[in-house]
Amino acid sequence: MAYTEEELKKELETKEYEYGFYTDIESETFPVGLSEEIVIAISKKKEEPEWMTLWRLEAFKIWKEMEEPEWANVHYEKPDFQAISYYSAPKKADPNKTLDDVDPELLEMYKKLGISVDEQKKLQNVAVDIVMDSVSVATTFKKTLAEKGIIFCSISEAIKEHPELVKKYLGSVVPKTDNFYAALNSAVFSDGSFCYIPKGVRCPMELSTYFRINQAGTGQFERTLVIADEASYVSYLEGCTAPSRDENQLHAAVVELISLDDAEIKYSTVQNWFPGNKEGKGGVYNFVTKRALCEKNAKVSWTQVETGSAVTWKYPSCILKGDNSIGEFYSIAVTNNYQQADTGTKMIHLGKNTKSTIISKGISAGKSQNSYRGLVQVSSRAANARNFSQCDSLLMGNECGAHTFPYIEAKNKSAMIEHEATTSKIGEDQIFYCNQRGIDTEKAIALIVNGFSKEVLNKLPMEFAVEAQKLLEISLEGSVG
Amino acid sequence: MLQIKNLHASVEDKEILKGINLEVKPGEVHAIMGPNGSGKSTLSSVIAGKEEFEVTEGQVILEGEDLEDVSPEERAHKGIFLSFQYPVEIPGVSVTNFMKTAINEGRKAKGLEDMPANEMLKLIREKSEMLEIDRKFLSRSLNEGFSGGEKKRNEIFQMAMLEPKVAILDETDSGLDIDALRIVSNGVNKLRSKDNAVIVITHYQRLLEYIVPDFVHVLHNGKIVKSGGKELALELEEKGYDWLKNEATV
Ligand SMILES: Nc1ncnc2c1ncn2[C@@H]1O[C@H](COP(=O)(O)OP(=O)(O)OP(=O)(O)O)[C@@H](O)[C@H]1O
Ligand SMILES: [Mg+2]
Repeated sequence: MAYTEEELKKELETKEYEYGFYTDIESETFPVGLSEEIVIAISKKKEEPEWMTLWRLEAFKIWKEMEEPEWANVHYEKPDFQAISYYSAPKKADPNKTLDDVDPELLEMYKKLGISVDEQKKLQNVAVDIVMDSVSVATTFKKTLAEKGIIFCSISEAIKEHPELVKKYLGSVVPKTDNFYAALNSAVFSDGSFCYIPKGVRCPMELSTYFRINQAGTGQFERTLVIADEASYVSYLEGCTAPSRDENQLHAAVVELISLDDAEIKYSTVQNWFPGNKEGKGGVYNFVTKRALCEKNAKVSWTQVETGSAVTWKYPSCILKGDNSIGEFYSIAVTNNYQQADTGTKMIHLGKNTKSTIISKGISAGKSQNSYRGLVQVSSRAANARNFSQCDSLLMGNECGAHTFPYIEAKNKSAMIEHEATTSKIGEDQIFYCNQRGIDTEKAIALIVNGFSKEVLNKLPMEFAVEAQKLLEISLEGSVG
Repeated sequence: MLQIKNLHASVEDKEILKGINLEVKPGEVHAIMGPNGSGKSTLSSVIAGKEEFEVTEGQVILEGEDLEDVSPEERAHKGIFLSFQYPVEIPGVSVTNFMKTAINEGRKAKGLEDMPANEMLKLIREKSEMLEIDRKFLSRSLNEGFSGGEKKRNEIFQMAMLEPKVAILDETDSGLDIDALRIVSNGVNKLRSKDNAVIVITHYQRLLEYIVPDFVHVLHNGKIVKSGGKELALELEEKGYDWLKNEATV
């Protein structure tokens, strides 16, 4: 690799990052509890067409019949679904207004997050669709995108404006029946993002959505649908932070990606939801269903940096349906204090010559438990399927745990599946070496952790990588005595 | 500048340093020699503040300040630098990134802002040229897969970047080829001034031909058993340590 001045410069640039604050914005919140009436009310509130209301009701029916699963390696107090409010919108929100009309308090909040909208607007190549407590409050760069025929809007808007696309693809990768939380989401999803890239179009900018939970006791049910039509390309960024709260908050999102023939989707996530305090109180429950469908020669990469949530259950997956399709999963999962994470991926090889790569980096500190669970499945038709998996764990201290559960199901003899796993501990000699250069132990650990995670951080777009790096530092603060 | 007074240090109740006295004045170069296991690296670690070693008696004083309760990173901020005998690897952290962090942490301790990227670039360019280090090298993970000589040269690059007051070079010469030894020594000499001091730990006279010491000390069994001028190193090269060991036990 040539090492240019430019790269050197980039490496030297630093950025401020702050977190953990609460913004006081009036919200309009539904009464707690879930029933057919509430589902209808949500749909009505959002002025949805009848087909959508029926779709939701069907999902609700399915959900009622389902039992909440016992997750493999996480333990938590189950949410009371009748104690959650299923709809909340910032009162002053109006999707048509300009940035100048946006609640100044909101803008202030984004500023604190280092992602202020007015800055973002100026920022080249980043279009921002902000989802704040379920409803989009600002959308930028729409015009540039529209010129290319790209649709990037809230899912609510898409339901009204592009029903043919939504009808065709919503629930096509994650059906309502898929799992308990996917069914719940299908019934009550509040908002989320929708993106469609037309045939042969390369999306000229990174598309990003910043999610945020801001109402106590408000369940958060995002729905994201990204469709890359034939031979198109899009890079999508999703970032989340939540203010500190003393109450468990439930988050059950569904993300569906459709990568048609020869198309490519890069989906990057930086997730920083409130993990609970040092005693393990509070924190977000994060049960997410993320899945991608790859048609012929298509490619999907999931890259994620997970530092937040009290309990995380998440397996971004790829269904490699088309021949020669490629699925990638790059992940960093950090757990500290009493956090529990059970994350991983599923690579389902259906087509011939399909390839998948899994790089998972788990970092455990405090009393946390970090599990990687990966499934590589090769169907009998999938000749010459290839998979490479690498799972590295880094332990800090003696009270945390790292667990790796790789599952392999190969029904075709020509499959080649490789799995590598390592576990290491941060060494005292490494820390002393850093100390001797004037770097205190906390910073030294951040540095070592960043180094450990580099292969994955490198997969993130530059802007995001810097933020992710900061996030790693913040999450591990106070993890050594 | 640096005073070491009756320093005793042990690890796991085993005494390794048994009463060391040493005074290093600004502008001076001190060489410490001595057989394997005599305590040279331990002395450098104790000066740098490694907590693994327990100081049971005596003091390390830097510019009048007793360092007893000063953490290793604060000692570094105050100008102590140790070129390690065995530099550790930090996978995934580039030399550049590591140095950037080290420099900015030092500045933060002094209440300064981060060094602007351009200034940092200039400094890196200047120092890497001085030590004839290929720029590509700086993007590699710190010490990972570095050859023995490359590790040592990199230690001196870090010294050049940090410009310490007291630099301790623990067997920096071992592993360096003849050309590298010259380049690295020249580098060290360029960094010398009337305001800083260097302590070189070595087994070989060769290094001392380049970095000429004002004093040579022989460490044996946790004590300095002989001190002299640069000619003592020549004498040691000729006679070995046995005569001193005998002298010490008498
Ligand atoms: N952490 C430790 N635990 C136990 N013994 C130690 C430890 N560190 C050093 N020692 C012992 O202290 C003595 C001095 O070691 P030190 O590394 O200081 O020697 P040295 O003079 O630097 O030797 P060399 O010339 O081989 O580098 C040795 O006997 C060594 O085994
Ligand atoms: Mg030694």
